[in-house]
Amino acid sequence: MSGQTPSQTVGPFFHDALFLDERTVLAGPEAVGQRIELTGVVTDGDGEPIPDAMLEIWQADGDGAFHPHVESGPVEGFCSFGRAPTDEAGRYAFTTVKPGGVPLSGGRMQAPHVNVHVFSRGLLIHAFTRVYFAGDSANESDPTLTSLPPEQAQTLLATSADGVRWTFDIRMQGEGETLFFEPGLDG
Amino acid sequence: MIDHLIQPPFIHPAYQSTVKRGPARPLKPLALGLSDVTGPVFGESTVDALDADLTRNAAKGGEVIGERIIVTGQLLDERGRPVRNALIEVWQANAAGRYIHKHDQHDAPLDPNFSGCGRFLTGPDGRYEFTTIRPGAYPWKNHANAWRPPHIHFSVFGRNFHSRLVTQMYFPGDPLLAFDPIYQGIPDEAARRRLISHYAHDVTQEGWALGYSFDIVLAGGLQTPFEDEHG
Repeated sequence: MSGQTPSQTVGPFFHDALFLDERTVLAGPEAVGQRIELTGVVTDGDGEPIPDAMLEIWQADGDGAFHPHVESGPVEGFCSFGRAPTDEAGRYAFTTVKPGGVPLSGGRMQAPHVNVHVFSRGLLIHAFTRVYFAGDSANESDPTLTSLPPEQAQTLLATSADGVRWTFDIRMQGEGETLFFEPGLDG
Repeated sequence: MIDHLIQPPFIHPAYQSTVKRGPARPLKPLALGLSDVTGPVFGESTVDALDADLTRNAAKGGEVIGERIIVTGQLLDERGRPVRNALIEVWQANAAGRYIHKHDQHDAPLDPNFSGCGRFLTGPDGRYEFTTIRPGAYPWKNHANAWRPPHIHFSVFGRNFHSRLVTQMYFPGDPLLAFDPIYQGIPDEAARRRLISHYAHDVTQEGWALGYSFDIVLAGGLQTPFEDEHG
C-alpha cells in the first residue's frame, strides 16, 4: 500500500474559496494558436445537469508548448491552467487556444488535446478525461484515440461548426458515458 | 498511479450523490508523456500573507468566534521529498457549522467576521501553516440524522497535473467519523486515519491557539529526470 493521502469530495461549498481569481481565460492577446471557446454541459447518470461541478484544464498552446506559471491578474500571453465552475444549467466555458500536438515519451506524436479534471459533490475522487478535436487530421494516428473502440473515442471529441466555438459535453455516467482515464506508465 | 486500496471508489452507495455522478465504466489506463510531468506553478503574486489567517482575512471590525487553532504540516511526495512552493487552498464551516456559501441554509448563525477561506504556498521545506478556528459539525441530507464531522477542505497542487489532490482534514477523537460515509468511503482503515490531524502541543501557543499537524503525501508523476524541475 502506497503512502498517498486519500481523496475526499470537493463538496458543494467550494466556490468562495476556489474562485477568488478569474481562471476561465487561458489565452491573452499574445497567445499562440487559434483562439477558441471550449464549452459544454456536465450531466449525471439521469442526464440531469450538474450545477455544482468544477473543471480544471491543462493544455499546451498552439505550438505545443506548456506555460505553467500562474499569476494573479489577466493573462497576457498564455497560461496552460484553467479552472471553471458549472452554472445552473451544468454549463462551463473556457476561452483558450486550440493546442498543438505534444509527444509521448518515446517520441510518438499525440493529437491536440486538453486534459480535464472534474470535481464535484458526489465524486469522492476527481475524474480525469481528455478533449480531442473532431476532424483534426492527427486524430487518425493518435496513440490513445486509435487504441479505443469507436464509441468510446467518440466521447472524447469536441465538435465545432466554425472552428472557434467547440462543444464538449461530459456525461459522468450512463448512456454515452464519457471515457475517463487512469494516468500511469503503460497504455 | 491511483492506489485503489487507499483512494475511494467513484460509486459508494452510502454516499448518496455518488450513485448518479460517479463514472460507472472502468477507467482506461493512459500512458503519459513528457508533457504530463508538468503542472501549474503558482507564483508569489497569487497569495498574500493575510490569506493564511482565516481569523483576520475576512474580519469586518470584530473578532472571529470560535476556538483559535494553528494548523501546520508538510507536503511530501511518495518518496518522502518535500513539495515546495505548492499552492494549498482551504475552506471550512464556521464554529457553528455554517458555511458562508449561499447554498448552505441550515439553521446555524453566520459569523460576520469569518469567510472560512484561505490559501498559501508551501515553503522551501514543503511546510505550511495557517491560522483558523475549529469548524463545527454540520447536518446534511444524505441519510437520517446525518452530520458531517468537523473538517477543513484542502485543495492541493503538486509538481504535475496528475499529483492533484482534494481532500478533507478531520480532528482526533471525533465520534462522528464512524458514521460518515464520505470518510468511510476510503477502503482501508489505515488510509482513512491519514486524514485525521494530530494534536501538536509543540505548535500550541500559550494563551492563544491550539496546534494541529497534518502532513499530506501526493501521488508521484512519472519517474523521470524532469520531476525536480519545479522542486
